[in-house]
Amino acid sequence: MDDSVAQFPPYRGPEAEASHGGHGHHDHEQPGFWAKYIFSTDHKVIGIQYGLTSLCFMLFGFFLMLLMRWQISHPGMPVPAIGPLLEKVLGAPAAGGAISADLYNSFGAMHGTIMVFLGVVPLAFAAFGNYVVPLMIGAPDMAFPRINMASYHAFFLGGVVMLVSFFIPGGAAQAGWTSYSPLATTIPTNGQAFWLTGMVLLITSSLLGAVNFIATIIQLRAPGMTWMRMPFFVWAQFVTAFILLLAFPPLEAAGVLQLMDNVAHTSFFLPTGLAVGGQLADRSGGGSPLLWQHLFWFLGHPEVYVLILPAMGIVGEIIANNARKPIWGYKSLVYSVLFVGFLSFIVWAHHMYMTGMGQRIATFFQATTMIISIPSVIILTCLFLSLWGGSIRINTPMLFALGFLPMFGIGGLSGLPLGLAATDLYLHDTYYIIAHFHYVVAPGTIFALFAGVYFWFPKITGRRMSEFWGRVHFWCSFVFMNMVFQPMFFQGIKGMLRRMSNGAANYSAAQVHDAIDTLPGTIMELNTFILWAAIALGLAQIPFIINLFYSISHGEKVTSDNPWQATTLDWQTPTPPPHGNFAHVPHVLRGPYEYSAPGHGTDFTPQNEPLDQPVPQPHPVHAH
Amino acid sequence: MDIPYTVEIRPDTGVYNAKIGIWLFLASEVMLFGALFSAYILLRVGAEPGMWPHGWLDVRLGAINTLLLALSAITTLLAWAACKVRQFGKFKVFHACTILLALTFLGIKSYEYHDKWIHYEIALGSGPNAGKFAEGHLVEKSADFNLAKKTGTVTLHGHIVADRKDLMDLRSPAAQTVQNEELTINAADIAKMENYGPKHNTFTAIYFTLTGLHALHILGGTAVIFYLWGPGSRLWRRDPERFTNRIEVSGLFWHFVDLVWIFLFPVLYLT
Repeated sequence: MDDSVAQFPPYRGPEAEASHGGHGHHDHEQPGFWAKYIFSTDHKVIGIQYGLTSLCFMLFGFFLMLLMRWQISHPGMPVPAIGPLLEKVLGAPAAGGAISADLYNSFGAMHGTIMVFLGVVPLAFAAFGNYVVPLMIGAPDMAFPRINMASYHAFFLGGVVMLVSFFIPGGAAQAGWTSYSPLATTIPTNGQAFWLTGMVLLITSSLLGAVNFIATIIQLRAPGMTWMRMPFFVWAQFVTAFILLLAFPPLEAAGVLQLMDNVAHTSFFLPTGLAVGGQLADRSGGGSPLLWQHLFWFLGHPEVYVLILPAMGIVGEIIANNARKPIWGYKSLVYSVLFVGFLSFIVWAHHMYMTGMGQRIATFFQATTMIISIPSVIILTCLFLSLWGGSIRINTPMLFALGFLPMFGIGGLSGLPLGLAATDLYLHDTYYIIAHFHYVVAPGTIFALFAGVYFWFPKITGRRMSEFWGRVHFWCSFVFMNMVFQPMFFQGIKGMLRRMSNGAANYSAAQVHDAIDTLPGTIMELNTFILWAAIALGLAQIPFIINLFYSISHGEKVTSDNPWQATTLDWQTPTPPPHGNFAHVPHVLRGPYEYSAPGHGTDFTPQNEPLDQPVPQPHPVHAH
Repeated sequence: MDIPYTVEIRPDTGVYNAKIGIWLFLASEVMLFGALFSAYILLRVGAEPGMWPHGWLDVRLGAINTLLLALSAITTLLAWAACKVRQFGKFKVFHACTILLALTFLGIKSYEYHDKWIHYEIALGSGPNAGKFAEGHLVEKSADFNLAKKTGTVTLHGHIVADRKDLMDLRSPAAQTVQNEELTINAADIAKMENYGPKHNTFTAIYFTLTGLHALHILGGTAVIFYLWGPGSRLWRRDPERFTNRIEVSGLFWHFVDLVWIFLFPVLYLT
């Protein structure tokens, strides 16, 4: 331990004071299992906690989807293999091992909720953000480490509440992840109350996280890390945190009101004269169902950018690193991401053209929706142009990042007809919408997240994931992902409704002979095709799961702290970064993407490399 | 390892970490209460003509509570100022006042809740006043009172109106001249009996939700201030600057909670 370490004096408190003397000589200072892995305040441990938990939730959400796809293509038939287990665990809703319509609704609602709030957002924002952002800005930790820990614990508790709701009488929430009232209040199960309680916990978690991220980025940037020297990923997380901070509270308000409707029998979202099951409901009435939708989508649309902006940030880092040239249009990217963040707050009602809210309002939201596509296209264009003239390295993270670009492109462009009320009225309740937003989130965001896992794995563990199995994972996922979602565009354009537990069999030409515009057999057969593609997609994740855990202990060891030869500060730390991250306070001297600078000895110049050192020494591995 | 700028100010941003943290938190609180006030506006605008209540809440109690919170804002500021000039004794006195004022506020609020809880509206289904509505505070229920079995009687201190709309605007000239008296009503005559709880109508729903959420904020703020006043004040001896920052940050939250009430009072009590 040299003098410079003293620049980061230890935490206040007796136990930290005692550790000042040296490294690993004091056994009593080593934290136990609980302090190290469960109640840790280290941003890196919390990032990994978030990462593993959200990956598990994503896998669970995927299984819910597989069960739904079985029911869609084989309505009413017992689920093979796990049907008896379902019946045993869930009881009557899974009678005979088949999925009842109510259970299908539960699975649909929970698939959406789990994938969005317990899977992708925690992985994209909380996991990568926690691990990487403090490293990238040269900070020793987050600004509020204990609040950071509380954030994860609230998230975990919220997840538990969501999972528990499957086992209560009547089962989990059935009103979709959007929980529209009055449906959400009139379904006779307490699942919705659990859902709302779980959501309040998740919102609390994201609030604590968002405050922490913004305060960290504003306050803890290393000397010389000016705003325009921050990596694009940090900008993306910064804007994401602001969206979470300001868009989630209205949903919390709506959640409290709906909880009052469900528990205290108020009528915030229940109109006068509401009839349930042919009976006039014993409610005061006077509420507004539209109010719920406004409050929900005020979160719901910015949430889309919470899903996509961190993914764009990851892709930006990986493309700059593997194209070995400065990212194209850094300032355009930064201003675009700020503009997207701002505009995302005034496009929400384009989800509500069907509600009869009025053509004037629809016109306003059509205009803002078309405007928000401009900065999104700028971001994507900058990322594409960054490839131009680069000496591109192809590796697994780069493959996933490159896969992201056209997949997100399809997702974004297929959204344009939905942003215009005239076409949206036809497409809105069909599979077209499902295909559209899954292209944005599944082969879009999730590919970027896979890219991030493969990219930062060597920093986290000091080992690489297998390149061969990574490529197998990519190509299989890429092919099967498209086989799952591409047919849905055709089904939707043909008018197949979403949310039908029997896969729209009652609208098929086979069942209804003399009606016009029934669904032809070719469209219905796609249901089976999608089922097999989804199963194949699930099998394609097995190499990833094995690769991930096997490589922690058996992967090829990296020989440098900076195996990708990257410029950003996250790679200028020991591997894995110790508590406190940096041995020296990094002094930032240049922008984030100084690749292939003319006259420089190597093709990359780290942000903190001293000016008077043209040929850098290779970074030795720090033994820990 | 030490987190920079936990106590001292970062020169280029001009704040310490917790101050930015609390302002960000307050920004999200603005969005939370903003959404609830928007809900209030939408529900009130969408109410059937003549069915939105006026004058249901006691303006005098609301005004006293407003005054209490305004005073507590002053004592909070003085407590922080006392820390700034390193006068710990004065800090103790001022924040003791803050805590007492907050508890008095909560006491008055509970009395108001209780008043609504024992306030009933009864729709009469049969008897001499069939089709009319009785309204008043509960005096007593007879021992055998049972709505389902239609046995016994309930006594209210109130009056009977023919049109339910007459119960809505208590500031109208007609409502000002109402004579309240003890009414004893047979359970058999009651079509529907409901207190002025959250489910009574959209006004009581939003009233209980908004003031309830606000009261939770008061409770949380009081708990934090009490902690800093009591066991948490040991930090004063070790690091007075850090302690002063804590008083400032908790004070910012307290001022926000006061400000919410400044909006709640006219919106619920005066209109």
